[in-house]
Amino acid sequence: MKEKIRIGCGAGFSGDRLEPAIILAERGELDYLVLECLAERTIALAQKRKLQDSNKGYDILLERRIHSLLPGLKKNKVRLITNMGAANPLAAANKIVEIAKELNLEISVAAVTGDDVFDMIDSQQKAIETNEALSLSGKLISANAYLGADAIIPALETNADIIITGRVADPSLFLAPMIHEFSWPLNEYNLLAKGTVIGHLLECAGQITGGYFADPGKKDVPGMSELGHPFADVFANGSALISKVEGTGGLINLQTAKEQLLYEVLNPYEYYTPDVIADFTTVQLKETAKDIVAVDSGSGKQRPATYKVSVGYHAFYLGEGEISYSGSNAMGRAELAASIIKERLKHSFPDLQIDYIGSNPLHQTSFKNANEPYEIRVRIAAKANSAEKAAIIGEEVEALYTNGPAGGGGVRKYVNEVIGIVSTLIRKEKIQPSITLFHS
Amino acid sequence: MKIKLYDIAHSRAGDKGNTLTLSLIPHKEEDFPLLCQQITVGLVKQHLREIVKGGIVRYELPNISSLLFVCHDALSGGVTTSLRMDTHGKSLSYALLEMEIEYNRKSVPHIGLVET
Repeated sequence: MKEKIRIGCGAGFSGDRLEPAIILAERGELDYLVLECLAERTIALAQKRKLQDSNKGYDILLERRIHSLLPGLKKNKVRLITNMGAANPLAAANKIVEIAKELNLEISVAAVTGDDVFDMIDSQQKAIETNEALSLSGKLISANAYLGADAIIPALETNADIIITGRVADPSLFLAPMIHEFSWPLNEYNLLAKGTVIGHLLECAGQITGGYFADPGKKDVPGMSELGHPFADVFANGSALISKVEGTGGLINLQTAKEQLLYEVLNPYEYYTPDVIADFTTVQLKETAKDIVAVDSGSGKQRPATYKVSVGYHAFYLGEGEISYSGSNAMGRAELAASIIKERLKHSFPDLQIDYIGSNPLHQTSFKNANEPYEIRVRIAAKANSAEKAAIIGEEVEALYTNGPAGGGGVRKYVNEVIGIVSTLIRKEKIQPSITLFHS
Repeated sequence: MKIKLYDIAHSRAGDKGNTLTLSLIPHKEEDFPLLCQQITVGLVKQHLREIVKGGIVRYELPNISSLLFVCHDALSGGVTTSLRMDTHGKSLSYALLEMEIEYNRKSVPHIGLVET
Protein backbone atom coordinates (compact mmCIF):
# COMPACT_ATOMS: atom_id res chain seq x y z
CA MET A 1 0.00 0.00 0.00
CA LYS A 2 1.27 3.45 -0.87
CA GLU A 3 1.78 6.02 1.87
CA LYS A 4 1.25 9.00 -0.39
CA ILE A 5 -0.33 9.68 -3.75
CA ARG A 6 -0.32 12.80 -5.85
CA ILE A 7 -3.56 13.83 -7.57
CA GLY A 8 -3.71 16.80 -9.93
CA CYS A 9 -6.73 18.67 -11.22
CA GLY A 10 -6.24 19.89 -14.78
CA ALA A 11 -9.71 21.25 -15.54
CA GLY A 12 -12.43 22.70 -13.35
CA PHE A 13 -15.16 23.16 -15.95
CA SER A 14 -15.89 22.08 -19.51
CA GLY A 15 -14.45 25.23 -21.07
CA ASP A 16 -11.29 25.28 -18.98
CA ARG A 17 -7.87 25.93 -20.54
CA LEU A 18 -6.02 22.93 -21.98
CA GLU A 19 -2.44 23.89 -21.19
CA PRO A 20 -2.36 23.63 -17.36
CA ALA A 21 -3.39 19.95 -17.58
CA ILE A 22 -0.60 19.26 -20.07
CA ILE A 23 1.93 20.81 -17.67
CA LEU A 24 0.53 18.68 -14.82
CA ALA A 25 0.75 15.51 -16.93
CA GLU A 26 4.27 16.19 -18.13
CA ARG A 27 5.96 17.85 -15.14
CA GLY A 28 3.62 17.27 -12.20
CA GLU A 29 4.99 13.86 -11.14
CA LEU A 30 1.39 12.82 -10.65
CA ASP A 31 -0.15 9.45 -9.91
CA TYR A 32 -3.58 10.63 -11.03
CA LEU A 33 -4.87 13.49 -13.15
CA VAL A 34 -8.52 14.48 -12.77
CA LEU A 35 -10.41 16.61 -15.28
CA GLU A 36 -13.76 17.85 -13.96
CA CYS A 37 -15.70 19.05 -16.98
CA LEU A 38 -19.37 18.60 -16.23
CA ALA A 39 -21.57 21.42 -14.94
CA GLU A 40 -25.25 20.94 -14.06
CA ARG A 41 -26.50 21.86 -17.49
CA THR A 42 -23.63 20.46 -19.57
CA ILE A 43 -25.00 16.93 -19.45
CA ALA A 44 -28.46 17.95 -20.70
CA LEU A 45 -26.86 19.68 -23.68
CA ALA A 46 -24.73 16.58 -24.27
CA GLN A 47 -27.86 14.42 -24.14
CA LYS A 48 -29.32 16.49 -26.96
CA ARG A 49 -26.19 15.91 -29.07
CA LYS A 50 -26.46 12.18 -28.36
CA LEU A 51 -30.07 12.14 -29.58
CA GLN A 52 -28.92 13.64 -32.88
CA ASP A 53 -25.94 11.25 -33.23
CA SER A 54 -25.59 8.15 -31.03
CA ASN A 55 -21.77 8.35 -31.34
CA LYS A 56 -21.75 11.81 -29.75
CA GLY A 57 -22.86 13.20 -26.42
CA TYR A 58 -19.45 13.35 -24.74
CA ASP A 59 -17.57 16.54 -23.88
CA ILE A 60 -16.97 18.67 -26.98
CA LEU A 61 -13.33 19.29 -26.02
CA LEU A 62 -12.62 15.59 -25.38
CA GLU A 63 -10.69 15.02 -28.61
CA ARG A 64 -8.48 18.07 -28.13
CA ARG A 65 -7.80 17.37 -24.45
CA ILE A 66 -7.02 13.67 -24.94
CA HIS A 67 -4.88 14.30 -28.00
CA SER A 68 -2.69 16.76 -26.15
CA LEU A 69 -2.56 14.79 -22.88
CA LEU A 70 -2.09 11.16 -23.91
CA PRO A 71 1.66 11.22 -24.66
CA GLY A 72 2.52 12.80 -21.29
CA LEU A 73 0.11 10.57 -19.37
CA LYS A 74 1.50 7.45 -20.99
CA LYS A 75 5.16 8.42 -20.61
CA ASN A 76 4.80 9.26 -16.93
CA LYS A 77 2.32 6.47 -16.09
CA VAL A 78 -0.32 8.91 -14.88
CA ARG A 79 -3.88 7.56 -14.72
CA LEU A 80 -6.60 9.90 -15.90
CA ILE A 81 -10.02 10.13 -14.23
CA THR A 82 -12.55 12.37 -15.94
CA ASN A 83 -16.28 12.93 -16.28
CA MET A 84 -15.85 14.00 -19.93
CA GLY A 85 -18.02 11.03 -20.88
CA ALA A 86 -20.99 13.35 -20.13
CA ALA A 87 -24.09 11.76 -21.67
CA ASN A 88 -22.15 9.02 -23.48
CA PRO A 89 -19.12 7.53 -21.65
CA LEU A 90 -19.05 4.49 -23.98
CA ALA A 91 -18.74 6.60 -27.13
CA ALA A 92 -16.13 8.73 -25.33
CA ALA A 93 -14.08 5.61 -24.51
CA ASN A 94 -14.27 4.52 -28.15
CA LYS A 95 -13.08 7.94 -29.27
CA ILE A 96 -10.16 7.85 -26.80
CA VAL A 97 -9.08 4.44 -28.11
CA GLU A 98 -9.26 5.81 -31.66
CA ILE A 99 -7.01 8.74 -30.71
CA ALA A 100 -4.53 6.38 -28.97
CA LYS A 101 -4.30 4.28 -32.15
CA GLU A 102 -3.58 7.40 -34.19
CA LEU A 103 -0.77 8.24 -31.76
CA ASN A 104 0.47 4.63 -31.74
CA LEU A 105 -0.07 4.37 -28.01
CA GLU A 106 -1.27 1.27 -26.25
CA ILE A 107 -3.88 2.09 -23.65
CA SER A 108 -6.94 0.69 -21.98
CA VAL A 109 -9.97 2.72 -21.05
CA ALA A 110 -12.70 1.94 -18.52
CA ALA A 111 -16.07 3.58 -19.04
CA VAL A 112 -18.29 3.94 -15.98
CA THR A 113 -22.02 3.90 -16.69
CA GLY A 114 -25.21 3.77 -14.66
CA ASP A 115 -25.77 7.46 -13.98
CA ASP A 116 -28.27 7.83 -16.82
CA VAL A 117 -31.62 7.19 -15.10
CA PHE A 118 -33.87 8.87 -17.64
CA ASP A 119 -35.86 5.66 -18.13
CA MET A 120 -36.17 5.09 -14.40
CA ILE A 121 -37.59 8.34 -13.15
CA ASP A 122 -41.27 9.02 -13.02
CA SER A 123 -42.21 12.38 -14.51
CA GLN A 124 -44.85 12.69 -11.80
CA GLN A 125 -42.10 12.53 -9.16
CA LYS A 126 -41.65 15.84 -7.36
CA ALA A 127 -38.77 18.23 -8.04
CA ILE A 128 -36.95 19.32 -4.90
CA GLU A 129 -36.86 22.98 -5.97
CA THR A 130 -40.50 23.40 -6.97
CA ASN A 131 -42.21 20.67 -4.95
CA GLU A 132 -44.24 19.98 -8.10
CA ALA A 133 -44.18 17.11 -10.60
CA LEU A 134 -41.04 17.12 -12.79
CA SER A 135 -43.22 17.16 -15.92
CA LEU A 136 -44.60 20.60 -14.96
CA SER A 137 -41.16 22.17 -15.44
CA GLY A 138 -41.16 21.44 -19.18
CA LYS A 139 -40.30 18.71 -21.67
CA LEU A 140 -37.75 16.47 -19.92
CA ILE A 141 -34.46 15.93 -21.75
CA SER A 142 -32.15 14.10 -19.36
CA ALA A 143 -31.90 12.63 -15.87
CA ASN A 144 -28.54 11.75 -14.39
CA ALA A 145 -27.77 10.54 -10.90
CA TYR A 146 -24.69 11.82 -9.11
CA LEU A 147 -22.75 8.58 -8.64
CA GLY A 148 -20.13 8.28 -5.91
CA ALA A 149 -16.56 7.05 -5.55
CA ASP A 150 -17.77 3.46 -5.24
CA ALA A 151 -18.82 3.53 -8.91
CA ILE A 152 -15.24 4.42 -9.95
CA ILE A 153 -13.32 2.00 -7.71
CA PRO A 154 -14.02 -1.14 -9.83
CA ALA A 155 -12.55 0.74 -12.80
CA LEU A 156 -9.44 1.60 -10.78
CA GLU A 157 -9.06 -2.08 -9.88
CA THR A 158 -8.58 -2.89 -13.57
CA ASN A 159 -5.40 -1.85 -15.38
CA ALA A 160 -7.24 0.98 -17.17
CA ASP A 161 -5.08 4.00 -17.92
CA ILE A 162 -8.12 6.19 -18.37
CA ILE A 163 -11.36 6.10 -16.41
CA ILE A 164 -14.16 7.96 -18.11
CA THR A 165 -17.48 8.64 -16.42
CA GLY A 166 -20.72 10.50 -16.91
CA ARG A 167 -22.32 12.23 -13.94
CA VAL A 168 -20.34 11.64 -10.74
CA ALA A 169 -20.22 13.99 -7.74
CA ASP A 170 -17.17 16.18 -8.32
CA PRO A 171 -15.28 15.35 -5.08
CA SER A 172 -15.86 11.62 -5.70
CA LEU A 173 -13.58 11.80 -8.76
CA PHE A 174 -10.75 12.58 -6.31
CA LEU A 175 -11.90 10.44 -3.39
CA ALA A 176 -12.00 7.26 -5.50
CA PRO A 177 -8.22 6.96 -6.04
CA MET A 178 -7.63 7.67 -2.32
CA ILE A 179 -9.99 4.86 -1.29
CA HIS A 180 -8.39 2.59 -3.88
CA GLU A 181 -4.75 3.30 -3.01
CA PHE A 182 -5.10 3.51 0.76
CA SER A 183 -7.70 0.74 1.11
CA TRP A 184 -9.98 3.03 3.08
CA PRO A 185 -13.10 1.14 4.22
CA LEU A 186 -16.30 2.63 2.83
CA ASN A 187 -17.65 3.10 6.34
CA GLU A 188 -14.67 5.06 7.69
CA TYR A 189 -16.60 8.29 7.38
CA ASN A 190 -13.94 10.56 8.85
CA LEU A 191 -11.44 9.42 6.21
CA LEU A 192 -14.04 9.75 3.45
CA ALA A 193 -14.84 13.26 4.69
CA LYS A 194 -11.16 14.23 4.67
CA GLY A 195 -10.80 12.95 1.13
CA THR A 196 -13.95 14.79 0.13
CA VAL A 197 -12.56 18.06 1.52
CA ILE A 198 -9.37 17.56 -0.54
CA GLY A 199 -11.48 16.81 -3.61
CA HIS A 200 -13.61 19.89 -3.03
CA LEU A 201 -10.48 22.06 -2.73
CA LEU A 202 -9.11 20.70 -6.03
CA GLU A 203 -12.26 20.29 -8.14
CA CYS A 204 -12.39 23.83 -9.53
CA ALA A 205 -8.74 23.65 -10.61
CA GLY A 206 -7.55 27.27 -11.00
CA GLN A 207 -9.94 28.54 -8.36
CA ILE A 208 -7.45 27.47 -5.67
CA THR A 209 -4.34 28.63 -7.54
CA GLY A 210 -5.41 32.27 -7.81
CA GLY A 211 -7.49 31.93 -10.96
CA TYR A 212 -10.57 33.63 -9.51
CA PHE A 213 -8.92 35.77 -6.89
CA ALA A 214 -6.89 38.64 -8.33
CA ASP A 215 -7.83 42.22 -7.49
CA PRO A 216 -4.95 44.49 -8.53
CA GLY A 217 -3.37 46.33 -5.63
CA LYS A 218 -5.49 44.41 -3.14
CA LYS A 219 -5.01 40.73 -3.88
CA ASP A 220 -2.21 40.48 -6.44
CA VAL A 221 -1.55 37.20 -8.21
CA PRO A 222 1.76 36.70 -10.04
CA GLY A 223 2.10 35.16 -13.50
CA MET A 224 -1.61 34.96 -14.26
CA SER A 225 -1.16 34.41 -17.99
CA GLU A 226 0.54 31.09 -17.26
CA LEU A 227 -1.59 30.18 -14.25
CA GLY A 228 -0.88 26.66 -13.02
CA HIS A 229 -3.50 24.19 -11.84
CA PRO A 230 -3.26 22.42 -8.48
CA PHE A 231 -2.22 19.03 -7.20
CA ALA A 232 -2.46 17.47 -3.76
CA ASP A 233 -0.04 15.14 -2.06
CA VAL A 234 -2.52 13.01 -0.15
CA PHE A 235 -1.38 10.84 2.75
CA ALA A 236 -2.93 7.60 3.98
CA ASN A 237 -4.28 9.34 7.11
CA GLY A 238 -6.33 11.73 4.94
CA SER A 239 -4.18 14.82 5.36
CA ALA A 240 -2.83 16.58 2.29
CA LEU A 241 -0.53 19.26 0.97
CA ILE A 242 -2.03 21.35 -1.84
CA SER A 243 0.43 22.87 -4.25
CA LYS A 244 1.17 23.43 -7.94
CA VAL A 245 3.95 22.75 -10.43
CA GLU A 246 7.10 24.79 -9.80
CA GLY A 247 7.49 27.64 -12.27
CA THR A 248 3.80 27.99 -13.14
CA GLY A 249 1.94 31.21 -12.42
CA GLY A 250 -0.68 31.87 -9.79
CA LEU A 251 -0.52 31.34 -6.04
CA ILE A 252 -1.83 29.03 -3.36
CA ASN A 253 -2.21 30.46 0.12
CA LEU A 254 -4.63 30.47 3.04
CA GLN A 255 -6.83 33.04 1.32
CA THR A 256 -7.29 31.11 -1.92
CA ALA A 257 -7.83 27.88 0.02
CA LYS A 258 -10.46 29.42 2.32
CA GLU A 259 -12.37 30.91 -0.62
CA GLN A 260 -12.43 27.54 -2.35
CA LEU A 261 -13.32 25.56 0.78
CA LEU A 262 -16.50 27.62 1.21
CA TYR A 263 -17.34 27.80 -2.51
CA GLU A 264 -20.90 26.63 -3.26
CA VAL A 265 -21.29 25.20 0.24
CA LEU A 266 -24.90 25.32 1.44
CA ASN A 267 -24.24 24.07 4.96
CA PRO A 268 -20.65 23.73 6.17
CA TYR A 269 -21.72 21.32 8.93
CA GLU A 270 -23.27 18.94 6.42
CA TYR A 271 -21.76 18.82 2.94
CA TYR A 272 -23.63 16.04 1.12
CA THR A 273 -22.01 13.77 -1.41
CA PRO A 274 -22.98 10.21 -2.42
CA ASP A 275 -20.00 9.01 -0.31
CA VAL A 276 -20.35 10.82 2.99
CA ILE A 277 -21.84 13.81 4.78
CA ALA A 278 -18.77 15.90 5.53
CA ASP A 279 -18.35 18.54 8.24
CA PHE A 280 -16.25 21.40 6.83
CA THR A 281 -16.26 23.37 10.10
CA THR A 282 -13.60 21.07 11.55
CA VAL A 283 -11.17 21.53 8.66
CA GLN A 284 -7.76 22.99 9.49
CA LEU A 285 -5.78 24.89 6.87
CA LYS A 286 -2.16 25.96 7.28
CA GLU A 287 0.32 27.67 5.00
CA THR A 288 3.47 25.60 5.35
CA ALA A 289 5.62 27.14 2.61
CA LYS A 290 5.28 29.35 -0.44
CA ASP A 291 2.42 27.96 -2.55
CA ILE A 292 1.81 25.05 -0.19
CA VAL A 293 -1.28 24.74 2.02
CA ALA A 294 -1.69 21.82 4.40
CA VAL A 295 -5.22 20.55 4.95
CA ASP A 296 -6.18 18.30 7.83
CA SER A 297 -9.10 17.29 10.02
CA GLY A 298 -12.58 17.31 8.64
CA SER A 299 -15.03 14.76 9.95
CA GLY A 300 -17.97 12.90 8.49
CA LYS A 301 -21.01 10.75 9.00
CA GLN A 302 -22.91 8.13 7.06
CA ARG A 303 -23.83 8.99 3.48
CA PRO A 304 -27.46 9.42 2.40
CA ALA A 305 -29.48 6.41 1.15
CA THR A 306 -30.42 8.25 -2.02
CA TYR A 307 -28.62 9.67 -5.03
CA LYS A 308 -29.37 13.20 -6.15
CA VAL A 309 -30.63 13.25 -9.73
CA SER A 310 -30.18 16.26 -11.97
CA VAL A 311 -33.05 16.52 -14.46
CA GLY A 312 -32.71 18.65 -17.58
CA TYR A 313 -35.78 20.09 -19.30
CA HIS A 314 -36.50 22.38 -22.18
CA ALA A 315 -37.28 25.70 -20.48
CA PHE A 316 -37.68 28.42 -23.13
CA TYR A 317 -35.94 30.38 -25.85
CA LEU A 318 -34.04 33.43 -24.67
CA GLY A 319 -34.15 36.49 -26.91
CA GLU A 320 -31.68 39.30 -26.25
CA GLY A 321 -30.74 42.59 -27.84
CA GLU A 322 -28.14 45.18 -26.85
CA ILE A 323 -27.40 48.75 -27.94
CA SER A 324 -24.97 51.37 -26.61
CA TYR A 325 -25.32 55.10 -25.95
CA SER A 326 -22.35 57.32 -25.17
CA GLY A 327 -21.64 60.97 -24.32
CA SER A 328 -23.92 63.66 -22.92
CA ASN A 329 -27.22 62.38 -21.59
CA ALA A 330 -26.28 58.78 -22.48
CA MET A 331 -28.40 57.54 -19.57
CA GLY A 332 -31.40 59.62 -20.67
CA ARG A 333 -31.25 58.25 -24.20
CA ALA A 334 -30.73 54.70 -22.92
CA GLU A 335 -33.79 54.96 -20.69
CA LEU A 336 -35.80 56.36 -23.58
CA ALA A 337 -34.70 53.42 -25.76
CA ALA A 338 -35.83 50.94 -23.10
CA SER A 339 -39.17 52.65 -22.62
CA ILE A 340 -39.83 52.60 -26.39
CA ILE A 341 -39.13 48.85 -26.54
CA LYS A 342 -41.26 48.26 -23.48
CA GLU A 343 -44.19 50.07 -25.07
CA ARG A 344 -43.78 48.29 -28.41
CA LEU A 345 -43.60 44.83 -26.81
CA LYS A 346 -45.96 45.23 -23.86
CA HIS A 347 -48.60 42.88 -25.26
CA SER A 348 -46.36 40.05 -26.48
CA PHE A 349 -43.65 40.32 -23.78
CA PRO A 350 -45.07 41.63 -20.49
CA ASP A 351 -41.94 40.50 -18.57
CA LEU A 352 -38.97 42.21 -20.18
CA GLN A 353 -35.63 42.22 -18.40
CA ILE A 354 -33.97 45.62 -18.87
CA ASP A 355 -30.36 46.17 -17.85
CA TYR A 356 -28.28 49.31 -18.12
CA ILE A 357 -24.84 47.77 -18.54
CA GLY A 358 -22.22 50.00 -16.98
CA SER A 359 -24.72 51.34 -14.49
CA ASN A 360 -26.03 48.60 -12.22
CA PRO A 361 -27.30 45.43 -13.86
CA LEU A 362 -25.19 42.87 -12.02
CA HIS A 363 -25.86 44.11 -8.51
CA GLN A 364 -29.37 45.53 -9.19
CA THR A 365 -28.15 48.70 -7.44
CA SER A 366 -24.92 50.70 -7.27
CA PHE A 367 -25.19 51.25 -3.50
CA LYS A 368 -23.64 54.61 -2.63
CA ASN A 369 -21.39 54.77 -5.68
CA ALA A 370 -23.97 56.20 -8.08
CA ASN A 371 -22.70 58.66 -10.63
CA GLU A 372 -23.68 59.23 -14.23
CA PRO A 373 -21.64 56.95 -16.48
CA TYR A 374 -20.28 58.38 -19.74
CA GLU A 375 -21.41 55.31 -21.61
CA ILE A 376 -24.34 52.92 -21.19
CA ARG A 377 -25.28 49.72 -22.92
CA VAL A 378 -28.95 48.76 -22.82
CA ARG A 379 -29.74 45.07 -22.72
CA ILE A 380 -33.27 43.80 -23.29
CA ALA A 381 -34.01 40.12 -22.63
CA ALA A 382 -37.15 37.99 -22.55
CA LYS A 383 -38.35 34.41 -22.59
CA ALA A 384 -40.31 33.01 -25.53
CA ASN A 385 -41.76 29.64 -26.46
CA SER A 386 -40.18 29.55 -29.93
CA ALA A 387 -36.93 30.71 -31.47
CA GLU A 388 -38.88 32.84 -33.95
CA LYS A 389 -40.67 34.70 -31.20
CA ALA A 390 -37.47 35.14 -29.19
CA ALA A 391 -35.84 36.75 -32.23
CA ILE A 392 -38.33 39.65 -32.02
CA ILE A 393 -36.43 41.06 -29.02
CA GLY A 394 -33.23 41.54 -31.01
CA GLU A 395 -35.15 42.74 -34.06
CA GLU A 396 -36.83 45.49 -32.05
CA VAL A 397 -33.53 46.56 -30.49
CA GLU A 398 -31.86 46.68 -33.90
CA ALA A 399 -34.75 48.75 -35.26
CA LEU A 400 -33.84 51.45 -32.71
CA TYR A 401 -31.21 52.48 -35.28
CA THR A 402 -33.89 54.30 -37.24
CA ASN A 403 -36.85 54.22 -34.84
CA GLY A 404 -35.25 55.26 -31.54
CA PRO A 405 -33.13 57.85 -29.71
CA ALA A 406 -30.09 59.64 -31.15
CA GLY A 407 -26.66 58.09 -31.30
CA GLY A 408 -27.36 54.43 -30.56
CA GLY A 409 -24.64 52.05 -31.78
CA GLY A 410 -23.16 48.56 -31.62
CA VAL A 411 -26.33 46.47 -31.71
CA ARG A 412 -25.94 42.74 -31.06
CA LYS A 413 -28.82 40.29 -30.99
CA TYR A 414 -29.00 36.72 -29.75
CA VAL A 415 -31.41 33.79 -29.59
CA ASN A 416 -30.55 30.82 -27.39
CA GLU A 417 -32.42 27.72 -26.35
CA VAL A 418 -32.38 27.46 -22.57
CA ILE A 419 -32.21 24.14 -20.75
CA GLY A 420 -33.40 24.28 -17.16
CA ILE A 421 -32.33 21.96 -14.36
CA VAL A 422 -34.32 20.63 -11.42
CA SER A 423 -33.36 17.91 -8.96
CA THR A 424 -34.98 14.86 -7.51
CA LEU A 425 -33.83 11.82 -5.51
CA ILE A 426 -33.57 8.14 -6.35
CA ARG A 427 -33.00 5.19 -3.98
CA LYS A 428 -29.45 3.90 -4.27
CA GLU A 429 -30.43 0.26 -4.70
CA LYS A 430 -32.24 1.12 -7.93
CA ILE A 431 -28.95 1.89 -9.64
CA GLN A 432 -26.21 -0.59 -10.53
CA PRO A 433 -23.17 1.26 -11.88
CA SER A 434 -21.04 -0.85 -14.21
CA ILE A 435 -17.77 -0.62 -16.13
CA THR A 436 -16.86 -1.51 -19.70
CA LEU A 437 -13.26 -1.94 -20.84
CA PHE A 438 -11.80 -0.83 -24.17
CA HIS A 439 -8.28 -1.39 -25.53
CA SER A 440 -6.34 0.29 -28.30
CA MET B 1 -14.31 55.39 11.38
CA LYS B 2 -16.52 53.76 8.78
CA ILE B 3 -14.77 51.70 6.15
CA LYS B 4 -15.94 49.33 3.44
CA LEU B 5 -15.80 45.59 4.03
CA TYR B 6 -13.69 45.60 0.87
CA ASP B 7 -10.91 47.26 2.85
CA ILE B 8 -10.53 44.41 5.33
CA ALA B 9 -12.08 41.30 3.79
CA HIS B 10 -12.50 39.27 0.63
CA SER B 11 -15.36 37.12 -0.61
CA ARG B 12 -16.31 34.57 -3.25
CA ALA B 13 -19.84 33.90 -4.47
CA GLY B 14 -21.18 30.45 -5.28
CA ASP B 15 -24.50 29.19 -6.59
CA LYS B 16 -26.75 26.18 -6.14
CA GLY B 17 -30.05 26.53 -7.97
CA ASN B 18 -31.72 29.69 -6.70
CA THR B 19 -29.44 29.92 -3.67
CA LEU B 20 -26.44 32.23 -3.47
CA THR B 21 -23.51 31.54 -1.16
CA LEU B 22 -21.15 34.34 -0.10
CA SER B 23 -18.02 33.72 1.92
CA LEU B 24 -16.59 36.58 3.94
CA ILE B 25 -12.94 36.22 4.87
CA PRO B 26 -10.87 38.88 6.67
CA HIS B 27 -7.44 39.60 5.20
CA LYS B 28 -6.12 39.57 8.77
CA GLU B 29 -7.50 36.81 10.99
CA GLU B 30 -7.52 39.27 13.94
CA ASP B 31 -10.45 41.05 12.26
CA PHE B 32 -12.66 37.95 12.41
CA PRO B 33 -14.38 38.81 15.75
CA LEU B 34 -15.25 42.24 14.36
CA LEU B 35 -16.95 40.67 11.34
CA CYS B 36 -18.85 38.25 13.59
CA GLN B 37 -20.01 41.13 15.75
CA GLN B 38 -21.02 43.62 13.06
CA ILE B 39 -21.95 41.72 9.91
CA THR B 40 -25.23 40.33 11.14
CA VAL B 41 -27.86 38.53 9.11
CA GLY B 42 -30.19 41.50 9.52
CA LEU B 43 -27.69 44.01 8.11
CA VAL B 44 -26.73 41.76 5.20
CA LYS B 45 -30.40 41.22 4.41
CA GLN B 46 -30.93 44.98 4.41
CA HIS B 47 -27.81 45.61 2.30
CA LEU B 48 -28.71 42.99 -0.31
CA ARG B 49 -32.46 43.66 -0.34
CA GLU B 50 -32.50 44.26 -4.11
CA ILE B 51 -30.86 40.88 -4.68
CA VAL B 52 -31.84 38.41 -1.95
CA LYS B 53 -35.58 37.83 -1.74
CA GLY B 54 -35.55 34.92 0.72
CA GLY B 55 -33.95 34.18 4.07
CA ILE B 56 -30.26 34.34 4.89
CA VAL B 57 -28.38 31.91 7.14
CA ARG B 58 -24.99 32.88 8.56
CA TYR B 59 -22.41 30.24 9.47
CA GLU B 60 -19.34 30.99 11.57
CA LEU B 61 -16.21 28.97 10.86
CA PRO B 62 -13.71 29.94 13.57
CA ASN B 63 -11.24 27.25 12.41
CA ILE B 64 -10.62 29.23 9.26
CA SER B 65 -11.71 32.64 10.63
CA SER B 66 -14.44 32.97 8.03
CA LEU B 67 -18.16 33.61 7.71
CA LEU B 68 -20.49 32.06 5.16
CA PHE B 69 -23.83 33.60 4.15
CA VAL B 70 -26.30 31.26 2.47
CA CYS B 71 -28.91 33.43 0.73
CA HIS B 72 -32.15 31.87 -0.48
CA ASP B 73 -34.24 33.02 -3.44
CA ALA B 74 -31.39 35.21 -4.64
CA LEU B 75 -30.73 34.30 -8.25
CA SER B 76 -33.92 35.36 -10.01
CA GLY B 77 -35.35 31.84 -10.13
CA GLY B 78 -32.07 29.99 -10.53
CA VAL B 79 -28.91 29.81 -12.55
CA THR B 80 -30.32 27.87 -15.47
CA THR B 81 -33.42 29.95 -16.18
CA SER B 82 -32.61 33.46 -14.97
CA LEU B 83 -32.85 36.38 -17.40
CA ARG B 84 -30.08 38.26 -15.66
CA MET B 85 -26.72 38.72 -17.34
CA ASP B 86 -24.76 37.25 -14.44
CA THR B 87 -27.00 34.21 -14.05
CA HIS B 88 -24.70 32.61 -11.47
CA GLY B 89 -24.49 35.75 -9.38
CA LYS B 90 -20.71 35.40 -9.48
CA SER B 91 -20.17 39.15 -9.25
CA LEU B 92 -22.24 39.42 -6.06
CA SER B 93 -19.23 38.83 -3.80
CA TYR B 94 -18.34 42.44 -4.53
CA ALA B 95 -21.86 43.56 -3.62
CA LEU B 96 -21.33 42.18 -0.12
CA LEU B 97 -17.95 43.93 0.11
CA GLU B 98 -19.69 47.29 -0.47
CA MET B 99 -21.12 47.02 3.06
CA GLU B 100 -19.75 49.45 5.60
CA ILE B 101 -18.29 48.49 8.94
CA GLU B 102 -17.39 50.60 11.96
CA TYR B 103 -13.68 50.19 12.47
CA ASN B 104 -12.52 51.45 15.83
CA ARG B 105 -8.79 51.14 15.56
CA LYS B 106 -6.99 54.45 15.17
CA SER B 107 -4.80 53.28 12.36
CA VAL B 108 -5.01 50.28 10.13
CA PRO B 109 -1.63 50.17 8.43
CA HIS B 110 -2.29 46.87 6.65
CA ILE B 111 -5.07 48.46 4.61
CA GLY B 112 -3.35 51.81 4.29
CA LEU B 113 -5.88 53.68 6.46
CA VAL B 114 -4.58 56.16 8.99
CA GLU B 115 -7.01 58.39 10.87
CA THR B 116 -5.81 61.92 11.36
